[in-house]
Amino acid sequence: MGVITTFEQFLVRILQILFWLLLLIPMILTPIILLILPYFDISSLYPLVPFKERVDYNQFLKFLMDPTLVFPYLGDWMKTDFFKVVIFPGFTFAALFSGVIITWWERKFLSKVHNRYGPVYAGKFGGILQSIADLFKLLFKEIIIPERVDKLFFFMAPMGTLAISGALLALIPLGPSTYIARSNLSLLLIFAVLGFYPIVVLLASWASANKFSFIGGLRSLHQLVSYEIPLLLSVLGIVIMAGSLDLIRIVEAQVSLWFLIPQFLGAIVFIIATLAELERIPFDLPEADTEIVAGWLTEYSGMLFAIIQLAAYLKFYALSALFTVLFLGGWHGPIFLPPEAWTIIKVFLVMSFLMLIRGSMPRIRIDQLIRIGWVWLITIALINLFIALFIYSMGVKF
Amino acid sequence: MAERTLTLSIGPQHPGAGHFRLIVVLDGDIVVDVKPDPGYVHRGAEKMAEYRTYIQNIPHLERPVIIDSSGILFPYVLASEELLDLPPPPRAQYIRIIMAELNRIISHLYWLGIYGVFVGHTTMFLWPVGDRELFIDLAQMIAGARVTFAFFVPGGVRNDIPDDFPDKAIKVCNYYEKRLKEYEKIFFYNPLVLKRTQGVGILKREDAIELGATGPNLRGSGVKSDVRKDEPYSSYDDIDFEIPVYKDGDCWSRCMVRLGELYQSMNIIKQAIKKMPSGPVKNAKRGVLKGIEGEAFARTESARGTMAYYIISDGKPYPYRLKLSVPSFRCLSLMKHLLVNQHVADIPAIYWGLDYWPVEADK
Repeated sequence: MGVITTFEQFLVRILQILFWLLLLIPMILTPIILLILPYFDISSLYPLVPFKERVDYNQFLKFLMDPTLVFPYLGDWMKTDFFKVVIFPGFTFAALFSGVIITWWERKFLSKVHNRYGPVYAGKFGGILQSIADLFKLLFKEIIIPERVDKLFFFMAPMGTLAISGALLALIPLGPSTYIARSNLSLLLIFAVLGFYPIVVLLASWASANKFSFIGGLRSLHQLVSYEIPLLLSVLGIVIMAGSLDLIRIVEAQVSLWFLIPQFLGAIVFIIATLAELERIPFDLPEADTEIVAGWLTEYSGMLFAIIQLAAYLKFYALSALFTVLFLGGWHGPIFLPPEAWTIIKVFLVMSFLMLIRGSMPRIRIDQLIRIGWVWLITIALINLFIALFIYSMGVKF
Repeated sequence: MAERTLTLSIGPQHPGAGHFRLIVVLDGDIVVDVKPDPGYVHRGAEKMAEYRTYIQNIPHLERPVIIDSSGILFPYVLASEELLDLPPPPRAQYIRIIMAELNRIISHLYWLGIYGVFVGHTTMFLWPVGDRELFIDLAQMIAGARVTFAFFVPGGVRNDIPDDFPDKAIKVCNYYEKRLKEYEKIFFYNPLVLKRTQGVGILKREDAIELGATGPNLRGSGVKSDVRKDEPYSSYDDIDFEIPVYKDGDCWSRCMVRLGELYQSMNIIKQAIKKMPSGPVKNAKRGVLKGIEGEAFARTESARGTMAYYIISDGKPYPYRLKLSVPSFRCLSLMKHLLVNQHVADIPAIYWGLDYWPVEADK
């Protein structure tokens, strides 16, 4: 990179060092910390570490020799909020599932549609480590910051998208007791959180000081704002039938019959609006690569781009999980698998279906997109609402 | 008005343009003005041809449009045969037809792949590009090369076709006709593709004639014009084929014309294989080839439209002047006509729907 002459270069260098540190700390410092840890009373840190009592050095060595000794502590630890938020069903699980497994599966699955191999070389089985390899590639990339960029918002946007996607995860239950937060209004909260997304995208596109970014940002704004309405209307029928905005209640109402069957029109509207919210083909106009380079992502590179992609896949996972919870009976399934496994299997199938649409459709135009949203989807969603009201007035209880 | 507009430079590094720049003035989502900016890959092919012998010009003149290399060479050999007095034997004429139609298929499949990805259909990018290999392999069996064949020579073709070629070619054509039905289902009659391409970039019949469109762009506007039928050259009059013509003049019509040409090209290849007489494939002459004093003009139907050469000879081994008229250059005036008052998202759909090849236009 050479000699630092400007403030911008200084910032770039600092950021690169920061990313290196973030990479190196887990690799070098973690073992050292683990070695020092037994000499201090760490029980006060309890949720951060899975130990409740003071651990002496011998005991720590014993744990190292026989990891099964940690099991009695794990049961308690897994019930803490810390575990739920950070590990399962929170961020780590969702990021690994959507960022590693789903990205790999999307590439592999789409490659079968495309009549090609897809990732092959990374990993023993079908290039399964390709996402990790990509992550490392992006880690080593220089983060290029154009001169006229508004730096505060430029950096804020990736973090903002990640925060929004992460917040969505908190509200979605994977099992009867596997959730991070429960609220009587959790469905409404999800839409409230989704409402922040266009603001972040518009900020990013404006801050990028690029015409293509700007067009992409405006497209994204139009698209996200107009498709939130059909998305919200499509689930109102479920709210009426289940009598609650609480996602756990909604799943419990589907014991005998999935809402997919009485609310079929709603499910179609939800899927289409979800594709638009996710900015995926056929609604990937904000990132249309042959029209406006990469849309609002044009100026992002390196880890900033990786963070936006991770956020996009987390959102993909969250909205697919929401579809599962609302229409596919959530965790209900035959007894031989735990409820969380059923949710994840269904989410996986929903995501695969959306990938299939990606492989078979072209991109549509912004005026057509908005017409579909405002005319067709809202009409169908309202018809669906009347069906739900009719079923409710017949006195059918779910 | 000036404050409302946004000037956008699409290309030359933009993925949608390639060796070419479109300066677009936007008012919101609508294009109000377009300025095509060609010339990034101008190499002076015509001037360079004056310093090369008639044989040396063969690989050189292929370079402007390597994906349709036989198409750009065909009129050159026809014109130079007149000057060199080397009529091709009948078998060579049929082999030329086979090669030219193979190359038309290869070029159209490349176009289809890019067109697919330009309207956002990723599968339609990879299927044609993958199936194109079949035809490239066939061409490789004949000419030895995969892209730039340099196969046509004044007086015939370079070599005879191998013995196992006819069977394999018919097998590939039969397979690919079935495969094209799948293409139609997933792309040509896909409702969203219809929404994107029907009624977009309408080129009326009169405008198409006035602006000098050729080839599939002209036939997409309802003009039944094809040099292969109008002025049959090289035994095309022996072969029974149809010219696909669509009347609407929109992007979809131009797509469907090219799809129809894929079917017809395979039909022509099959017929040419059956009707091919035996005999020599080259009318060879020893020594340095010197053109007779005079001029020659020849035009053929290449994958993109009418390709024409005008060669003047002053009795030397080099052409005195070589003028190349390419179909892509005519797309520039069409572009200016079609892109105005369209949406930004339609720019790639219209632009590549014309099958504009920047290198060919720049020569």
